Amino acid sequence: MKSAVIVFPGSNCDRDLAVCLRDVTGTAPQMIWHRETELPHDLDLIGIPGGFSYGDYLRSGACAARSPVMQAVVKAAARGVKVLGICNGFQVLTEAGLLPGALMRNAGINFVCRPVKLRVENNQNAFTARYAAGEEVRISVAHHDGNYSADEATLDRLEGEGRVVFRYAEAVNGSARDIAGIINNAGNVLGLMPHPERAAHLGQGADDGRRVFESLLGA
Amino acid sequence: MTNPAASTSAITPEIIADHGLSEEEYARVLRALGREPNLTELGIFSVMWSEHCSYKSSRIHLAKLPTQAPHVICGPGENAGVIDIGDGQAAIFKMESHNHPSYIEPYQGAATGVGGILRDVFTMGARPVANMNALRFGSPDHPKMKHLISGVVRGIGGYGNCVGVPTVGGETNFDPAYDGNILVNAMTVGVADTDRIFYCAAAGIGNPVVYVGSKTGRDGIHGATMASADFAEDADAKRPTVQVGDPFTEKLLIEACLELMASDAIVAIQDMGAAGLTSSSVEMASKGGVGIELNMNSVPQRERGMTPYEMMLSESQERMLMVLKPGRESEAEAIFLKWELDFAVIGHITDTEHLVLKWHGETVADIPLGPLGDDAPKYDRPALSRDAYKAWALVRPLDPATIPESTDIAADLLKLMASPDLASRRWIWEQYDHMVGADTVAPPGGDAAVVRVHGTEKALAITTDCTPRYCYADPYEGGKQAVAEAYRNLCAVGATPLAITNCLNFGNPQRPEIMAQFVGCIEGMADACRALDFPVVSGNVSLYNESKATGGGSAILPTPAIGGVGLLKDWRKAATCEFKASGEAIILIGGQDKGHLGQSLWLREVMGRKDGSAPPVHLTDERRTGKFIRNQAAQGSVTAVHDVSDGGVAVALAEMALAGDMGLYWPESLRLDHPGEELKFLFGEDQGRYLVTTVDAQSLLSDAETAGLRAVVLGQTGGDALHIGAHAIPLATLRAAHEGFFPKLMDGEL
Repeated sequence: MKSAVIVFPGSNCDRDLAVCLRDVTGTAPQMIWHRETELPHDLDLIGIPGGFSYGDYLRSGACAARSPVMQAVVKAAARGVKVLGICNGFQVLTEAGLLPGALMRNAGINFVCRPVKLRVENNQNAFTARYAAGEEVRISVAHHDGNYSADEATLDRLEGEGRVVFRYAEAVNGSARDIAGIINNAGNVLGLMPHPERAAHLGQGADDGRRVFESLLGA
Repeated sequence: MTNPAASTSAITPEIIADHGLSEEEYARVLRALGREPNLTELGIFSVMWSEHCSYKSSRIHLAKLPTQAPHVICGPGENAGVIDIGDGQAAIFKMESHNHPSYIEPYQGAATGVGGILRDVFTMGARPVANMNALRFGSPDHPKMKHLISGVVRGIGGYGNCVGVPTVGGETNFDPAYDGNILVNAMTVGVADTDRIFYCAAAGIGNPVVYVGSKTGRDGIHGATMASADFAEDADAKRPTVQVGDPFTEKLLIEACLELMASDAIVAIQDMGAAGLTSSSVEMASKGGVGIELNMNSVPQRERGMTPYEMMLSESQERMLMVLKPGRESEAEAIFLKWELDFAVIGHITDTEHLVLKWHGETVADIPLGPLGDDAPKYDRPALSRDAYKAWALVRPLDPATIPESTDIAADLLKLMASPDLASRRWIWEQYDHMVGADTVAPPGGDAAVVRVHGTEKALAITTDCTPRYCYADPYEGGKQAVAEAYRNLCAVGATPLAITNCLNFGNPQRPEIMAQFVGCIEGMADACRALDFPVVSGNVSLYNESKATGGGSAILPTPAIGGVGLLKDWRKAATCEFKASGEAIILIGGQDKGHLGQSLWLREVMGRKDGSAPPVHLTDERRTGKFIRNQAAQGSVTAVHDVSDGGVAVALAEMALAGDMGLYWPESLRLDHPGEELKFLFGEDQGRYLVTTVDAQSLLSDAETAGLRAVVLGQTGGDALHIGAHAIPLATLRAAHEGFFPKLMDGEL
């Protein structure tokens, strides 16, 4: 599988995602600097990592969504290349319009970093095929703005179309309908707040996140 | 503070006093220059001779600390200490205080404390891999305390989370002595290749001096001077001296510096911390035995009309000073521009051994470097004798007859587990990204944090420790204990302790009783470091931690915070404290059970008394027990390890049970050196002890006997309650007590 990880100024989970992709897929991803305007044509996956792109200035993900490389990501997504946005990457995807809704400040106001219980709501996609539908897993979150918000019609549509992929099984950040991760209509763009790359092997305390990458490999 | 419009104003006694210089020190300035200084020069002397930068009251005592060992690559004197961790790699670390700014403006004070210590570490070529902190707050019910706690924790998280360095642990204590002067000590550990370590000594006459990072503004002017005086009633009026941090810029600065450091373009590099451009330029030139000339018009400035005085004293954050090899400027500039950071050649190295500042073509300062650095004032301040100190400290001896024979042990334990000093710190560390980097093996909450050395089997163990109430009761024993506890916490995760950094927080050194605390703690630390082969490789001194704001000029408790670093050859062998499986034997190893209740948390929290001596530390036993524990962990013959410290055996057991969500049975009569004294055994804070669990008690007991260590089987794991003698304390009750304190405090329910 050929993958790339986008690096914005202030990204700080880029290495973690790259290491995880290398370990699980056997091939190191290309690291793509935010100033690039084109992406390699044969990519299977684009990873948008966690962190604080552009220092979270303006709004989390807002500046990154307007950086040169994101035009190329939007085009690649339209071609069907899979895009995985984790944490700040999810925020970037919503700001870029690749996914609906927005990630607001956590309801509890504070930054929250801990393992949380998630339910895999949908395994009929390239990102979660290796999970059982309804399976409960533990993956850590680490965010200040993870409170998923969208209007009722959008939320109903996401639910109706089976696009809520991960749902919190405990109170975390006040997200509407406990949404932790959603997918686009075409099924090739996933955004989620939890960090599967931090739960890729048991040395990290849990390996529940590994199957996201194994699913991609098998797809 | 007088804010000069120009650098040529006449120097009046008021201006000298405003700059925190004594008459005697000003006379010394006159001798050093052979003339009157101008205002810029006076400002430079003022910050360089501040306690914060010159260590003038502490230097002669710091020299007592052992700093050498075969694994020490670089001891105190550089930006941070460097130790060898094998395979051509080094760990680089330091701890530093940001106390005064954090009291005045807790979010920015704590955040810039983290930023400053990170720079000390990556300046030397290391990628920062872990942050730790040691926090001391006042009484939880003090009207200002919730604001301070919340601000400090958010500030540490806000900065560390954004730069992407995990905050993996620390310690937090409460005592009314910190009501008007909280302590925020931040520690960073980084990893570098031993052949890629960068130092600050400038070299090469004519080499360019380069400024990188953020622009210079008017923030933080005189921060170092502020940090070198007691708080008067007007602490709030000092707010403009607090710097404002930008962790995003710091992240860019880390990446840009490390990228440039991969080449050989850098001769020397120094971060601009306290006293900013002044101390960085003076230190680089002094260390290199050269001179330095800076053109102030070239300094990147955030505001218009800044004077050399302001530029030299600004403590704007996220800035570095470098000396480059000649001709390498454009290569370096390209890297910094890529990361969208300022880059400016602002001067060059000279052979004058003077600091010379030019502005609009004129010389606006010309100071010989000697008097600013090595020949700065140094004081041997008077200290009370040990006996005179004891009399002053008013610590009453603990009369055994005044301790009740029995009490409700279950109620006492619940009270202790819910008390501010022992309650779960989850509310704090869940606000820190403690996992970024994906190398955190042991999250906060254990004896020491364990972080993998990226891409290797190795791991670093890191801990911060100090028990200020012991240090107050007996500075010498307290200093020893702080080092010994750091040692113990590293051994408890299976790591070999290698070296320490320290952050010495004390009151006003011009008071003989405070100097007695300082000297006593240093001497205790020195003896412990020597006996444990655990040298000091870096450190920081923070004096004048006193506040008149709370009425009375009260000093903090003496707080020599220790940051210990150890090495695990295989991160998979890291020991953790939680009970793993039921039916395992629980064994107490090492030390002696004298039932030392003096200065114990039980005595303070349950009886409301602060009496008695600090528990003594037996250093040879400490070392032997630590080695035994490490070996057992490495062999995998223990399933859990936890050191016995605050709150004694009962609290340690409760912590192991909560962490593993598994109870214990201790049905036998307590095995005591002094039968019948259940209370003393459970809550005594005798030193040098560990609790372990094992599936093979016989072989562990026999190993302990061979090693000459005492080992006592206390009971076994299992169930969902602590069954201690006739008591049964449900884990759920214990957990509610333990987890409740911080959320309730911060929600205003306490």
